[in-house]
Amino acid sequence: MDVFAHLATGFGVAMTPINLVYALVGVLLGTLIGVLPGIGPVATIAMLLPTTYALPPVSALIMLAGIYYGAQYGGSTTAILVNMPGETSSVVTCLDGHQMALRGQAGAALAVAALGSFFAGCVATVFVAAFSPPLSEFALKFGPAEYFSLMVLGLIGAVILASGSLLKAIAMIILGLLLGIVGTDVNSGAQRFVFGIPELVDGIGIVGVAMGLFGFAEIVGNLESKEKRHIISGKVKGLWLTKAQFRAAWPAVVRGTGLGSVLGLLPGGGAMLSSFASYTLEKKIAADPSQFGKGAIQGVAGPESANNAGAQASFIPLLTLGIPENAVMAMMVGAMTIHNIQPGPQVVSSNPELFWGLIASMWIGNAMLVVLNLPMIGLWIKLLTVPYRLLYPAILLFCAVGVYSVNNTSMDITMTAVFGLLGVLFVKLECEPAPLLLGFVLGPMMEENLRRALLLSRGDPLVFLERPISAVMLAGVVMLLVIMTLPNIRKKREEAFQEETA
Amino acid sequence: MGWIKGPKDFWSGVVFMTFGAIALVVSSTYRMGTAARMGPGYFPRALGALLLILGAIIAVRGLRSKGEPLPAFVLRPLVFVLGTVVVFGLVVPWSGVVLGTLFLIFVSSYASHEFRWKEAVVSGVLLAAAAVLVFIVGLQLQLPIWPWPWNQ
Repeated sequence: MDVFAHLATGFGVAMTPINLVYALVGVLLGTLIGVLPGIGPVATIAMLLPTTYALPPVSALIMLAGIYYGAQYGGSTTAILVNMPGETSSVVTCLDGHQMALRGQAGAALAVAALGSFFAGCVATVFVAAFSPPLSEFALKFGPAEYFSLMVLGLIGAVILASGSLLKAIAMIILGLLLGIVGTDVNSGAQRFVFGIPELVDGIGIVGVAMGLFGFAEIVGNLESKEKRHIISGKVKGLWLTKAQFRAAWPAVVRGTGLGSVLGLLPGGGAMLSSFASYTLEKKIAADPSQFGKGAIQGVAGPESANNAGAQASFIPLLTLGIPENAVMAMMVGAMTIHNIQPGPQVVSSNPELFWGLIASMWIGNAMLVVLNLPMIGLWIKLLTVPYRLLYPAILLFCAVGVYSVNNTSMDITMTAVFGLLGVLFVKLECEPAPLLLGFVLGPMMEENLRRALLLSRGDPLVFLERPISAVMLAGVVMLLVIMTLPNIRKKREEAFQEETA
Repeated sequence: MGWIKGPKDFWSGVVFMTFGAIALVVSSTYRMGTAARMGPGYFPRALGALLLILGAIIAVRGLRSKGEPLPAFVLRPLVFVLGTVVVFGLVVPWSGVVLGTLFLIFVSSYASHEFRWKEAVVSGVLLAAAAVLVFIVGLQLQLPIWPWPWNQ
């Protein structure tokens, strides 16, 4: 039982007092931003990235990971109580969770969400631990050609599962790749797209890009509309489940966990996709589908488990292949790079403490969330009553100081504002910013692998088709693209995303 | 503009084409190299060309198929959120955290429809104190607390 021996090492790392503290800080902050609308995990991780410079890399990653899965918990709390998803991954929880709350079952809904998430977190931890080592061993055989093809597959896959126009998303990836190679070229030393600005010589910082596109743009967007939030007050009682509720909920929890673990592995997958898929599944197989939307406990249990499992499983491609599959994982790449860790299959063997410590911390973080959050729900609801007009200037302040502190230059803040402007423009044009961020972190790696692959083949592009693993991946890309252009599949996809946004 | 049926697509295409064109023009001065020995210009030029083509397709699609109108830009939040942050970044090394925070909180609050100046002043003062505690005392960032004549 190698897995458990490794996990034991991991727990040894994750249980040190300092790492426990950072896990706690991470999950608390995650819950906080999950509860608060108007700032998501990507912007929060960007905000906190600068403060992790001085930390050991394990502690930094433990905290940042805690933000991601903590946000799922927080998001479900507001979805149930206020009918407002704090995070996109809890959009479906609103449907039945809030109905349960209206019927006086808010306590049960919160309890099933927390327990389901915890169960999913436990299973997903073991899943990540079992799955990652063989996958990374396999990936160690990859040469530059395989890597290049894998990145193409990862990027295209991520785009297909994201909503919106496919062509626009691919264009956003390419724009991201271009932004990623700004700065000094490692091979030739040439400065590219620097435009005489000294701060650009080292490239554009991920903190500014992410905070501008995801943080500032969102705040500006929120302020454009006059929508008011309606808060329901009152005490939440009976944070537990009846026997009947428990019996109804647990199969949904198990199914959601399974679904989330698998979907989390896919490019573009993660928390959001998993929760939508789980809701659809539960509704399909329910004995009485008409109960859905009226407070069916399965409609909370399934998606809440799935989003947590998905959030954790999406670490697998990152930790084993070095390929981020969603925007949060792109931020994790940024965090690892800052600490001089090249994400990829070698992480398991070269940094075992980091790898297993991070995985073990996920379980610990989940346990903390269950223990801490249920009693703290009153506090989170209080926070929701803080009006947005007081909240966003404070968020801006933290963002601005955070960006400034990376290099202590004003230029970084200006750059972030420029990306904020771009982000607002992209929202108006309905271009999703996530593919851009993925392209941005993969840009330099992709160029390097393309260059090496073609150097080895003496310039022959057929190398990508002659190497079997690479050929299979490229065939996958072509297949995905062909499937997407088939008219009736395109229609179905559009319908599916319409349902999500409705 | 009657001939643009899908403005969102059309203008997205224009934006992508602009970026693609910039990439192509700027990287044309970089050494291209060959496929086997790529120069610094190879990858960006390929990407720029790709972006230009994709942008053109998206723009043409915007001309032909109907889509929603482009939502208007609302200037007030745009200017007061992004502008304030830029000014904050420029002045904070001299003005110090306290004045900088007061400025940022007060002026950026004006971006909201629900602006109330008394509230903004109070929250500015509280957050200035919090900023000093968190950033200077806690995280020990290299920023002055007070304006230039008084910091050291």
